[in-house]
Amino acid sequence: MSAPTYKTETLIAEDIEAYLERHQHKGLLRFITCGSVDDGKSTLIGRLLYDSKMIFEDQLAALEADSKRVGTQGPEIDFALLVDGLAAEREQGITIDVAYRFFTTEKRKFIVADTPGHEQYTRNMVTGASTADLAIILIDARKGVLTQTRRHSYLAHLIGIRNFVLAVNKMDLVGYSQKVFDDIVADYRAFAASIGIAAFTAMPISAFKGDNITGPSVNTPWYKGKPLIEHLENVDVDGASDDSKPLRMAVQWVNRPNLDFRGFAGQIATGAARRGDAIRVLPSGKTSTLSRIVTMDGDLEQAVAGQSVTFCLADEIDCSRGDVIAAAAHSPEVADQFEATLVWMAEEPLAPGRAYWLKLAAQTASARVQAPKYAVNVNTMERLAAKTLDLNGIGVAELTTDKPIVFEPYAENRTLGGFILIDKITNATVGAGMLNFSLRRAQNVHWQALEVSREAHARLKNQKPMVLWFTGISGSGKSTIANLVEKKLSRMNRHTFLLDGDNIRHGLNKDLGFTDADRIENIRRVGEVAKLMADAGLIVVTAFISPFKAERDMVRAMLPEGEFCEIFIDTPLAQAEARDVKGLYKKARAGKLKNFTGIDSPYEPPTNAEVRIDTNAMTPESAADAIIAKLIP
Amino acid sequence: MGRSVRKILTHLERLEAESIHILREVVAEAERPVMLYSVGKDSAVMLHLARKAFYPSPPPFPLLHVDTTWKFRDMYALRERMAEESGMELLVHQNPEAKARGINPFDHGPLHTDMWKTEGLKQALDQYGFDVAFGGARRDEEKSRAKERVFSFRSANHRWDPKNQRPELWNLYNAKKSKGESIRVFPISNWTELDIWQYIHLNDIPIAPLYFSAPRPTIMRDGLLLMVDDERFPLKPGEMPVMRSIRFRTLGCYPLTGAVESNAKTLPEVIQEMLLTTTSERQGRAIDRDGGDSSMEKKKQEGYF
Repeated sequence: MSAPTYKTETLIAEDIEAYLERHQHKGLLRFITCGSVDDGKSTLIGRLLYDSKMIFEDQLAALEADSKRVGTQGPEIDFALLVDGLAAEREQGITIDVAYRFFTTEKRKFIVADTPGHEQYTRNMVTGASTADLAIILIDARKGVLTQTRRHSYLAHLIGIRNFVLAVNKMDLVGYSQKVFDDIVADYRAFAASIGIAAFTAMPISAFKGDNITGPSVNTPWYKGKPLIEHLENVDVDGASDDSKPLRMAVQWVNRPNLDFRGFAGQIATGAARRGDAIRVLPSGKTSTLSRIVTMDGDLEQAVAGQSVTFCLADEIDCSRGDVIAAAAHSPEVADQFEATLVWMAEEPLAPGRAYWLKLAAQTASARVQAPKYAVNVNTMERLAAKTLDLNGIGVAELTTDKPIVFEPYAENRTLGGFILIDKITNATVGAGMLNFSLRRAQNVHWQALEVSREAHARLKNQKPMVLWFTGISGSGKSTIANLVEKKLSRMNRHTFLLDGDNIRHGLNKDLGFTDADRIENIRRVGEVAKLMADAGLIVVTAFISPFKAERDMVRAMLPEGEFCEIFIDTPLAQAEARDVKGLYKKARAGKLKNFTGIDSPYEPPTNAEVRIDTNAMTPESAADAIIAKLIP
Repeated sequence: MGRSVRKILTHLERLEAESIHILREVVAEAERPVMLYSVGKDSAVMLHLARKAFYPSPPPFPLLHVDTTWKFRDMYALRERMAEESGMELLVHQNPEAKARGINPFDHGPLHTDMWKTEGLKQALDQYGFDVAFGGARRDEEKSRAKERVFSFRSANHRWDPKNQRPELWNLYNAKKSKGESIRVFPISNWTELDIWQYIHLNDIPIAPLYFSAPRPTIMRDGLLLMVDDERFPLKPGEMPVMRSIRFRTLGCYPLTGAVESNAKTLPEVIQEMLLTTTSERQGRAIDRDGGDSSMEKKKQEGYF
């Protein structure tokens, strides 16, 4: 099989300047191919690269040699080998990550996101789809619409793709039967409508044989549509809709080379900007006028969505990284509580209540996600009750940020609606999400300014409010020592209050169990209560296992600097277990108690505790004295 | 709203805007960024994009050239000129151990690349405490690069773990890291060789004259057409430099970089030749050959760019 010769080649050979002139004005289409291991996805991409002459002779020679050695197509070329990049993949015959491929035809340049077809699928496909304008859904003509087909289509639609190609592949293996093709298309049409895919373009192809790829196939005279390449070259995706929306540009960086120049650098997300336009800076709401649109190639009169530019404003108003410059008359919302659709991407499940970094456009905030309202089974699209989201899980949940965020619903604006979540300790990207809308309660509940300040409360009690946060495994002696500390403080005429783990669980937190998510919520509530008591001027003593560093740090962050004292009661597990005052370890070892810290649930020891008590070296009495000596002047 | 300013960006305009966005994200979030500058055509484009991204300020980071002492003389001349023109600080690092041991491409084979480039790069990054380094790698160059993220995370000892890469969605880049860890950022990941040439052509970006054909003294050795760029080139018995009209598709250490015979003297001619050629760009690079099929992936895991 030889590649077709393009007219382009003649043009390159005879008039390179004319070719360059033409190539220079080509647009760009980014698409994703969705298919499982056996649907022929890699073969299709290999075929597109091969037919558009993106494979050189040395690569082709290597490909031929590889095909003979490890290929699955007998003596013929195995195009799949061309695109499976990493060594591990070539050995195992699978694609393990997202790869990007490039090819050019006479009319357009293409970037293909190639994503794998096995267990990490959701995460990788969502990643690949996030930058795609179009999705090719591959179907094996022998198998028809499968669970995977539905999953791919759902995910691509979820991430906002609105252009779909249904490529019914391996038509050569079903004798190029029109009936087989028509039945599959009818099946798919029924399903597509059910998930909101309004339109798609179906075509019968054989990636392996080359039917209906670059030109119409003689084997499918009944097919009247365009071949694949021609469709990809002509489909309208050039961001026309983004241009007609109001202006939004997230400020990435403030350019200040000297006192006479102050520019705001960013990439226009939607809309167009013209010199002289009235703009509003969010979240401050201050207005001004675009005085200049600066680029190194000279000032522009106007700029459109997609361009990276530098704006100068007519007035000296506050504007920094993360702010959004918007059309003055149509500004985006600002809120701190949202409903969002989440895709979880980490091995460690979502911890509802835990604080993660949320990055949206150029804004970074601390965000807490509540337990999901529901999760989605991506194979059946059913909504399921869920307490968390596991790797590749998709669900809808409410989330709260620690500061107001400038945003728009994802459906209206990908840039101001799409975000990632970052684990604060490992720095890994653990999830991605799309904001659906802001919650009204955030807009209507405002902080009540208090007339008697927390300082006044503390002054009346003649003490500095504090939270003495005891942490340690069950049976370490937290409650014993905490009780002694409170007694001693009380004798010193200090106003105190002790919050004990077991007691709180009988009242305020009796609805919570011992899963990771419930433990986090338990500590969040205790933290909020301790904070209110500290606001009232009290010295609060708390005794909770509080096994996770992230939540202890969360409570620390709620309080003013210096008012949170972490006290680590350090007892070796073997010792606490030997003591086993409440008989809990015995039960846990016998499997009668699930999620018991130290046995089948982890304890993360503090690394920055203000006080560490080694219970082997001290009695509870001397420990209490040492704590008071250290903390109360 | 609704104004008739519809303008469809060309593929080069979209690539340029994406690269500028990436460059600015790094400067906004990194503590101490640096740009790896290798004096080749990809570096030239990356540097030009940086100048555009921060205009009218000069790019707010230095250029770092990890030098092997074996680059073409024309490259050293261009390096000085571009540092001057861009108003950026130029740092040149030469691995002192490689220098002391006289490591060279003729006697030491793969050790030459390992010590001068891989080790030299790690030394320089550690020495200056750079936490983010820009590199001019492209995804279309090589199979393992096709899978690398734009923000590519490195452990404290500079290792890349291809199986544990951060998901990269939309144009959101996670630049968070712990102390000691660093990130390599590739702003021109999505550019192809043709894009690079066309952009150089459209923007009139200075590149080394070695990319254009000229009569140069050459030796044919082990299937590579090598240029005898200075007197350090050890000739074997019977070898005599021959003048040939040659040019280079990529630039590296002159004793390791194969030339092609060519008459292309202008950029359009170079592009024309590239489009009609039948071998891939890195084919002229001896460095990809040692270690078999996955050699680039292995080098990258060990810290090579």
